[in-house]
Amino acid sequence: MAELAEAEIENYTVNFGPQHPAAHGVLRLVLEMGGETIDRVDPHIGLLHRGTEKLIEYKTYLQAVPYFDRLDYVSPMNQEQAYAIAVERLLGIEVPKRGQYIRMLFCELTRILNHIMNIGSYAMDVGAMTPFLWTFEEREKLMGFYDDVSGARMHAAYVRPGGVAQDMPAGLMERIADWAAHFPKIIDDVEGLLSNNRIFKQRTVDIGIVSKEQALDWGFTGPNLRASGLAWDLRKSQPYDGYEEIDFDIPIGKHGDCYDRYIVRIEEMRQSLRIINQCLEKMPGGPVKVQDHKVNPPPRGDMKGSMEALIHHFKLYTEGYHVPRGETYAAVEAPKGEFAVYLISDGSNKPYRCRIRAPGFVHMQGMDFMLRGHMLADVPAVLGSIDIVFGEVDR
Amino acid sequence: MDTNSDNASALADLAEAIGLSLPDDVIEASVAGDDLTITVQRPSIVKVLKFLRDDSNCQFTQLVDICGVDFPEREERFEVVYHLLSMNHNLRLRLKVSASEETPVPSVAEAFSCADWFEREIWDMYGVFFSDHPDLRRILTDYGFDGHPQRKDFPLTGYVEVRYDESQKRVIYEPVKLTQDFRTFDFMSPWEGAEHAHQQMLPGDEKATQDG
Repeated sequence: MAELAEAEIENYTVNFGPQHPAAHGVLRLVLEMGGETIDRVDPHIGLLHRGTEKLIEYKTYLQAVPYFDRLDYVSPMNQEQAYAIAVERLLGIEVPKRGQYIRMLFCELTRILNHIMNIGSYAMDVGAMTPFLWTFEEREKLMGFYDDVSGARMHAAYVRPGGVAQDMPAGLMERIADWAAHFPKIIDDVEGLLSNNRIFKQRTVDIGIVSKEQALDWGFTGPNLRASGLAWDLRKSQPYDGYEEIDFDIPIGKHGDCYDRYIVRIEEMRQSLRIINQCLEKMPGGPVKVQDHKVNPPPRGDMKGSMEALIHHFKLYTEGYHVPRGETYAAVEAPKGEFAVYLISDGSNKPYRCRIRAPGFVHMQGMDFMLRGHMLADVPAVLGSIDIVFGEVDR
Repeated sequence: MDTNSDNASALADLAEAIGLSLPDDVIEASVAGDDLTITVQRPSIVKVLKFLRDDSNCQFTQLVDICGVDFPEREERFEVVYHLLSMNHNLRLRLKVSASEETPVPSVAEAFSCADWFEREIWDMYGVFFSDHPDLRRILTDYGFDGHPQRKDFPLTGYVEVRYDESQKRVIYEPVKLTQDFRTFDFMSPWEGAEHAHQQMLPGDEKATQDG
């Protein structure tokens, strides 16, 4: 069979997933291969599609909050915040200072929660086990803070339209401060294992390069955009919830490759720590949510003695509040990029349309152009570096 | 706040400039709060997007989002909404185009590559057809799915459910069987409900109309 051996190798397709540990969830990639190089990538998404946007149309504004935890389940609070800001804009209410600072504090904790998850699992995708174990230990501590403040480790439903669900328990700020004091050591340790590691660099440097122009054209946001060299951060350029009062820097990359995306995330964690420390330092007193009882329920104690408080509570948890007719687009800098909620209200107690703009959906789309010409083994490297979670891609 | 009024005036200027540059394509431009919304003619959406991307006063270099909205009572029931971002001017812009089930919307994938999947999603969810789209397939729903689930007249529960059948040793599709209906309560009080609630029939209204 001498002819066969010399025959040209035809293109063939490789199915990656839907059940693959490096696919970070349920992703099916249909890879058209020419030998071991990738000619075309066709991601088949939607295996985790739950119809969140449709479900929200059938829920009151408050009942819609927990759906946002379940989108990108690695960074729940940032998404609640986007939704809360959208509803607040339509209602025309402003969150009290303490509420804003608690939101900021927890959103930055969430950013670290997200980035250590990403870096840990990314390192494991390209062959390093230890960072994963170290970062997950820290993740447990962070989810402990979630638990302290909301009663749930992951699906917090803590950031709500009008503020946050309840004030922080006594002593939590000290515990967060203690944690924030020791965490830089963990970042240094992880960096010590990865940043100059020869194997890690071989797997990531010059892999999946995204130029500035490509990043804009393909709608990249967040760390993936900044790794391509564009200093764009919604916390700086369109500040929300008090970020304008906080001092921090925006790390950017130069080459837009997998290594730069990793290093940007490492630096972002350090900046988040700065924000956390400033929040703890400046934490104002006062209420944590708006005192308008047409939007937020009165305190439990009032309901024992006041008929009006009881009516407010009853109305809020059955009918909910009515949101004036209008539309708004509220974007926040979530750990993965620009997470936004485009909310249309028809004046009733349920959203008419709640469009969820998930950064992961857009980044997933970029897989095709990022992977063309790369080797099969680069698929997990690129996939891990753009930080995909299927809860938000499929919604 | 000062920043807001600055932003609003910048948006108003921008709306005027766009209206002057593209008089035949812009139907309506309005500033509400911090949002500039421009409704454009359906056939000229690609032209408008390219203008907004390349014009030095606009530089909306990023197409952040495209989504569909369904208004079943309208003649052209769908709205396709484009959200643009100009990083140089730090401004956002919303473009709207209306469409019906039959009328195709020109695909903007040639102007912004990221439009590809957004348009696939709208096709999947609403059934708005995009002409000249490079690869208009369903994206989020199941292989072989029928219908467009985010239309307002598509039931929340859907029509079919799947399960693994032990006797046939494969996944099978069956009509949805609910042991209990989806519980939806009408909390709208007739005296403070939404405006559209006044136009709808409230329970008991049919008695009044029957008599005359």
